[in-house]
Amino acid sequence: MIDQLHLSDPPSFLQQELVHGLHRALLGRHRPHERLTCQFQDKGARPLSLAGHVGFDSLPDQLVNKSISQGFCFNILCIGETGIGKSTLMDTLFNTNFENFESSHFEPQVKLRAQTYDLQESNVRLRLTVVNTVGFGDQMNKQESYQPVVDYIDKQFETYLQEELKIKRSLHNYHDSRVHACLYFISPSGHSLKSLDLVTMKKLDSKVNIIPVIAKADTISKSELHKFKIKIMSELVSNGVQIYQFPLDDETVAKVNTTMNGHLPFAVVGSTEEVCVGNKMVKARQYPWGVVQVENEHHCDFVKLREMLICVNMEDLREQTHTRHYELYRRCKLEEMGFKDTDPECKPVSLQQTYEAKRQEFLAELQKREDEMRQVFVQRVKEKEGELKEAEREGRFEQLKRLHAEEKAALEEKKRLLDNDLTSFGNRKTAAALLQPPGFTVNGKKDKDRKKWVELFCLCLMAQHTLNPI
Amino acid sequence: MSEAVVPDAMVPPAVGSLYGEKAGGAIVDFSYVGIDAILEQMRRKAMKQGFELNIMVVGQSGLGKSTLMNTLFKSKVSRKSVLGTGQEKIPKTIEIKSISHDIEEKGVRMKLTVIDTPGFGDQINNENWYSIISVLSCKIFWQPIMKFINDQYEAYLQEEININRKKRIPDSRIHCCIYFIPPTGHCLRPLDVEFMRRLSKVVNIVPVIAKADTLTLEERDFFKKKIREELRANGIDVYPQKEFDEDAEDRMINEKIREMIPFAVVGSDQEYQVNGRRLLGRKTKWGTIEVENIAHCEFAYLRDLLIRTHMQNIKDITSSIHYEMYRVRRLNENNTAVAHANGVPEHHLTAHEILTHEMQDSDLPSTPSLPPPSPDLT
Repeated sequence: MIDQLHLSDPPSFLQQELVHGLHRALLGRHRPHERLTCQFQDKGARPLSLAGHVGFDSLPDQLVNKSISQGFCFNILCIGETGIGKSTLMDTLFNTNFENFESSHFEPQVKLRAQTYDLQESNVRLRLTVVNTVGFGDQMNKQESYQPVVDYIDKQFETYLQEELKIKRSLHNYHDSRVHACLYFISPSGHSLKSLDLVTMKKLDSKVNIIPVIAKADTISKSELHKFKIKIMSELVSNGVQIYQFPLDDETVAKVNTTMNGHLPFAVVGSTEEVCVGNKMVKARQYPWGVVQVENEHHCDFVKLREMLICVNMEDLREQTHTRHYELYRRCKLEEMGFKDTDPECKPVSLQQTYEAKRQEFLAELQKREDEMRQVFVQRVKEKEGELKEAEREGRFEQLKRLHAEEKAALEEKKRLLDNDLTSFGNRKTAAALLQPPGFTVNGKKDKDRKKWVELFCLCLMAQHTLNPI
Repeated sequence: MSEAVVPDAMVPPAVGSLYGEKAGGAIVDFSYVGIDAILEQMRRKAMKQGFELNIMVVGQSGLGKSTLMNTLFKSKVSRKSVLGTGQEKIPKTIEIKSISHDIEEKGVRMKLTVIDTPGFGDQINNENWYSIISVLSCKIFWQPIMKFINDQYEAYLQEEININRKKRIPDSRIHCCIYFIPPTGHCLRPLDVEFMRRLSKVVNIVPVIAKADTLTLEERDFFKKKIREELRANGIDVYPQKEFDEDAEDRMINEKIREMIPFAVVGSDQEYQVNGRRLLGRKTKWGTIEVENIAHCEFAYLRDLLIRTHMQNIKDITSSIHYEMYRVRRLNENNTAVAHANGVPEHHLTAHEILTHEMQDSDLPSTPSLPPPSPDLT
């Protein structure tokens, strides 16, 4: 970058800071600025030529610096049958050992498992989320297999939309969990796509960037593979499935992308084990008949996949997700909720007004239902009351009443007897008291006992005090 | 498949230079994934999209605003230069007009919009300037400008909440407002303080001392010190704002800038021969003032701050802080207004209405407090 500064302007300390930052960022790599053709022409702005070096060519670098400090995030969804090699491929792609669980084949429903990792390469920090399907294609009835996947993708869009519609929002700090790329693993039958594959991909093509890959490609021979790829692509086209096409509008990468578009779907082999080939250790799978090297382009398309997915088009994948898939979701969702951009008189309607109107409607609806329910309740109560009165009049409760009266009489009798007992006992007591000489009461013994009790009690208290001195 | 085939099919150099260092033969660095290639992808995307920058200049007429803009961008970007001086009479009302240019440098395209506020200060008779400044006449100055700034936020907000949104919402929000302080050498005028106080709440404001060639270095330092004190005393947060420093490195750089604010600038779009080189400057009988010489004036610092180092940061603060604050305010007001109206209002709440609503509520500008007089610098 140093050669970009105009010689007549001595670099100020601010510029030097920027240059040092860039130096660190680029690690001394020089790259020539490619001159892009000027396609952007805004009406109302006059083109102007500059008489000298102004310095805003450092803007892209400022932008890049900011992004470095913020970090990036990327979310990949892997859909494929159990045991097809999704986790292994992720490990191979990102050169790490993600925590992998081997799933059983007996899951009752398709589930999704998302794991987030923080990766760093040179000075770029990437927050990678890998979402795997669990139990995909294992059920007997596969009709609803795609639904959990669609729900997951929609849920991520929904959370983003919620954040965007909040009043106090923080979009630049927000951890973007929307799925940027979907790797669909096709099993290497060599014949054609399964109906499950077609149905799932059709449901997902308007929600996410689909990149189909042929898994375990070391089981197919070269000629079979060629035929297989052609068959897959024609089936996708004839069923109207829109898979992700690598972008061709940027001339720097258009050529590479066009070539790669012709190699779709990529036939990949994943492996994290290293095998000694020649004098080097390479990632490979060892068979009795030979070694399949993962990074050998003659053996499989792994390198192509890594390049397209990560090195060349990661940013484009993110952009497509945001500008195409998310916008589509947002539009559908808001229209579903009843918002429009223009009302019947073609005046622009604000989101707020429509929201308020809907809210009033909803509250009115609630009120109406409440009133209805109240009415119904009152009605029922009246009916029941009427019924009971009717029954009473008819004399259905005669027996019940008689029983009540009998029980009551019995209880009264008992009470009388008890009262009698009480009074007779009272009489006996007073009679006995009169017969005793004074001073020597029936309770004399009791007095002595009481005294003893009191003495004992005092002793106890003293003992307690000595034991617990304050 | 039986012999060791060394993978040598690498990507063509256009993108391949991102791979690790290759020494001689094809040594594959297989621990390299390629995540850092995203930086290059981002840069390509940014270059293709182009950038937008909207600068507003505010100040009394005759302070050299148009010349400074032309000097900053080394071309005739100001409206005066486009339409010609002297063709416009002093307008009766304060009209805010903007003019856009597409400029390009080394493949980086930018749409620059310069917004003029002509006629500022021409309404009031100079004799009455420092005397009775009634609330009403003060409002004339900042009301249209605040309205303009908020209108841009409003336009962006409306685009953002559309159902069918554009792929790239055109950004007409004011990123930076350069406030020109006349070089009196004493202190800020109450009008300046009030203006900056209000503006700093909605936009990034960069104060500059205009026509700084009328101040000697000592006068300049004294003036700057006074201005900084007054800004601090009145709680005016100019760019770079202290609260938005992200980390220690940022803070260090920004502290250095904050110690130099306001920049004392001289503008010129004419070149003169100095020491065998052609430089932008102002030629007088007693010497030639070189605009880009930091010993003469601080234009170079201003240019570096605005363009070469902090442009992205300025835009970020506008979009993530000022715009968000406006949005919060707007949506909350809409809430309460609609609630009060007992139903759906017939018309939009325009920004103007919100502003007038705001104006009524805001406190009347009291005499700005001056810091205690400092001992004379000699």
